[in-house]
Amino acid sequence: MRLDRELTCAQLVELVTDYLEDALSPEDVERVEEHLVFCDGCTNYLEQMRATVAASGRLRTEDVPPELQERLLTAFRDWSRA
Amino acid sequence: MQPEDRRVVEALRAGDEAAFMKLMREYGPMMLRVALMYVSTRAVAEEVVQDAWIGVFNGIGRFEARSSLKTWIFRILTNTAKTRAQREGRSIPFSSITSPDGEDGGAVDPERFLGSGERFPGHWGTPPRRWGPDERLLSAEAQGVVDAAIAKLPPAQQAVITMRDVEDLDPEDVCNALDITETNQRVLLHRARSKVRQALEEYMR
Repeated sequence: MRLDRELTCAQLVELVTDYLEDALSPEDVERVEEHLVFCDGCTNYLEQMRATVAASGRLRTEDVPPELQERLLTAFRDWSRA
Repeated sequence: MQPEDRRVVEALRAGDEAAFMKLMREYGPMMLRVALMYVSTRAVAEEVVQDAWIGVFNGIGRFEARSSLKTWIFRILTNTAKTRAQREGRSIPFSSITSPDGEDGGAVDPERFLGSGERFPGHWGTPPRRWGPDERLLSAEAQGVVDAAIAKLPPAQQAVITMRDVEDLDPEDVCNALDITETNQRVLLHRARSKVRQALEEYMR
């Protein structure tokens, strides 16, 4: 994407993931950070995206069902005794 | 090798059941969740997990820790799942960014930006507000919102956000697991995160 020097908010929200993933060119990082300095909306947006990533990371994945745990333990015993 | 990984690997090699159970409780849930992205039923996903563990047992003697134990187990799991999905005649084209994921708009509803007739087109008309206290974001209810939003995503987006953000796997490993490019992975992650943020914003309002 070819960008003007000054980003609009609509452009910035599409760059947020690349920004967080360190996938932007140094020039685009500068553009994003210059925009953030004066834009509360985009600062909040970036904060919300970070909070979203953190919230996904807190999801509890359900435990392995007991029957499967039993089967896996049996497989481990079979292997270690073989 | 990480000292913790080294201890676990040595314990497994020695047939230590308690060490195995601990490892299985740690990575088993991730393995099951990931297996479910490749195969059609829970029963088959459980078989994939079991086959992957057998692969782990058989390979542990040769494990040299060029990667972390978690990454190594994840690779065995995804290879097992891919083989099984092929055998089932079911392979999900994770690489397709558009179809079958369907059309995707931008990260944010375009209505929220000022139009071309305005003084600052493309800038926020309805800007996002700061989210309130952390307790709400940390609540079980908020977790439910995130879970439901992820469950509603198209398969490729769901796979990427689950592997990256829920299970905290490295981008490189996720690309390999899904046979997608780095760019592709980022696009899928971006769409997925944008939608989950949107769901959280509605909840936090």
